[in-house]
Amino acid sequence: MNQPVDVSKSLPDANGLFGSFGGRFVAETLMPLILELQDEYTTAKNDPEFQRQLAYFQGDYVGRPSPLYFAERLTEHFGGASIYLKREELNHTGAHKINNCIGQVLLAKQMGKKRIIAETGAGMHGVATATVAARFGLPCVIYMGATDIERQQPNVFRMKLLGAEVIPVTSGTGTLKDAMNEALRDWVTNVDDTFYIIGTVAGPHPYPAMVRDFQAVIGHETRAQMLEKKGRLPDSLVACIGGGSNALGLFHPFLDDLDVKMIGVEAGGKGVKSGLHAASLNGGTPGVLHGNRTYLLQNEDGQIIDAHSISAGLDYPGIGPEHAWLHEQGRVEYVSATDDEALEAFQICCQQEGIIPALETAHALAEVAKRAPNLPREHLMVVNLSGRGDKDMMSVAHHLGEKFGVKQL
Amino acid sequence: MTHTSRLENCFAALKQQNRPALVSYLTAGDPDAETSRRLLHGLPKAGVDIIELGMPFSDPMADGPAIQKAALRALNNGQTQAKTLEMVRRFRTEDSTTPIVLMGYYNPIYCYGVERFLTDAAKAGVDGLIVVDLPPEHDEELCQPAAQHGIDFIRLATPTTDAKRLPKVLANASGFIYYVSVAGVTGGSAPTPERLEGAVAGLRKHTELPIAVGFGIRTAEQAAAIGRYSDAVVVGSALVDCIENANTPDEAVERVHGLVSELAESVRACREVSEEHQF
Ligand SMILES: Cc1ncc(COP(=O)(O)O)c(C=O)c1O
Repeated sequence: MNQPVDVSKSLPDANGLFGSFGGRFVAETLMPLILELQDEYTTAKNDPEFQRQLAYFQGDYVGRPSPLYFAERLTEHFGGASIYLKREELNHTGAHKINNCIGQVLLAKQMGKKRIIAETGAGMHGVATATVAARFGLPCVIYMGATDIERQQPNVFRMKLLGAEVIPVTSGTGTLKDAMNEALRDWVTNVDDTFYIIGTVAGPHPYPAMVRDFQAVIGHETRAQMLEKKGRLPDSLVACIGGGSNALGLFHPFLDDLDVKMIGVEAGGKGVKSGLHAASLNGGTPGVLHGNRTYLLQNEDGQIIDAHSISAGLDYPGIGPEHAWLHEQGRVEYVSATDDEALEAFQICCQQEGIIPALETAHALAEVAKRAPNLPREHLMVVNLSGRGDKDMMSVAHHLGEKFGVKQL
Repeated sequence: MTHTSRLENCFAALKQQNRPALVSYLTAGDPDAETSRRLLHGLPKAGVDIIELGMPFSDPMADGPAIQKAALRALNNGQTQAKTLEMVRRFRTEDSTTPIVLMGYYNPIYCYGVERFLTDAAKAGVDGLIVVDLPPEHDEELCQPAAQHGIDFIRLATPTTDAKRLPKVLANASGFIYYVSVAGVTGGSAPTPERLEGAVAGLRKHTELPIAVGFGIRTAEQAAAIGRYSDAVVVGSALVDCIENANTPDEAVERVHGLVSELAESVRACREVSEEHQF
């Protein structure tokens, strides 16, 4: 197979910048560690033994490659483009998150770290982190917003079963951004022995590039699978965006293929105009938070505004810096889907394909519902089915339960 | 206009007196604008030598619960960057010598606009900046422009700053060096005295700038012990807690200034005491 030109080789630059986005905006206490991590990661990237281990765990433990499935009924339902689902929900732990966690835990081991911490929103990253921590015998602390603990109970229990300590974060709004603040506070306090597994393509350099690289397996596989099935590249790629890791994982290997259109779907909450949303690119401005410069939801005085989304995993007032750059470059189109649109697409996917998607993923499907009908059957559209929806049963029952005669789970 | 800065003058005068500076931290606008103004204006009289004034931020990643809550109290009561600068300007109409250092995070400055912020800060009478999330790797963002405006950029050195990194940290530093006594957030555990003294001595070999020590210092005893060998002692969370624990604005002012007086007395005496007690 022809190796695509790899954009990861050019960006970020040595300072972790994608244009003006990214960087290393962290407290001095963390700087030496971040520089060390960058060195270790650079070494690992070129170390055949590290890559061999990564491939082994991605295969036998995670279950990769994930299928690229032709969604015949969805295609019929929308009556336009041919829709393919990249089945990341079939990975061990039920989402794309583990692709990154396996990579980072291997690095943590290599660096001799004794303790793992992570933030989580929907709990999928928390579960994936707790899972790899269990597998590698490392104690694990997960920070999770109190609000999110309420709406993602099944995942909280899973994390605990896996031996992780789940710490509820009540500061701020008790959602993902606050969990990330608290994880950073833990890290700065326990720099010597602790490895922070960030769950998306955000945070200080090298995290955005490192997480992207670990997730790029999604796009590399998709490329090979589509070439095998159809003898050509897809025409468009669609993915939902919280911090943007499943999207960038799918998009990145195609960035240089200018004929491949890419669409990132932010959480529109109650509508971008309502102010109650999580659409940082469509409704935010550039700023600096959590170690990087990117688009943020903030007021004119630089105070961060709470995000709103039905989906805990998208409920974040920022976005990975590479997306901010791709947005300004115009390489990727960023749109949004509302809570209601996501719920609608969620049901369509359940009923047409027998696949219960995560509410995060349902945002990508909502964009497919808008776009696919207007495209010809020859148009090959790949949707990143980033996760499964078992964790969302309580939230969905809350919104749709009555329709199905279910009051509460 | 003098040629030397307020910070230089302050440290020079204290050197003459052979005592460390007492540096107080309070968040601007905490618990509300008027009480915060009273707190600020009374600090020099209560014995503060250098004022650190926090610019509240919604997501203070390097702060513990006390200062997190202070920021929220201030923001909920309408504090803004403009109001913080206005506080300094008003303070300067009464006090033209006590140095004021603004402390906070980069985003509110970035959103205000770096040039505009520095211009307004210089005009208001701000002497220095401590911006927690701007390591030397990002000096072109604010540190270098600040120098152009005659505003010192105070650098943090920490227990994780090793010999290899120290030159980078010190390169564009000015005003003083702020040694963060423990790896962690503000308001956390107290530093271990022996390790701390060694760390400050180590730093001195690499810089002529005065060295302040902060994080985890709450009591007059701690301040005195650390003030024996450091040029300044910073107390923050303990003062902020006085505001949290007060039932009325008057009580907050009384408690804060009361604790400041205690601290001031002990740093004024700390080097004499240490000589008497040397065995
Ligand atoms: C299934 C699923 N998809 C997407 C996301 C959003 O994260 P990202 O944008 O980093 O892929 C999450 C986050 O929790 C998730 O659980």
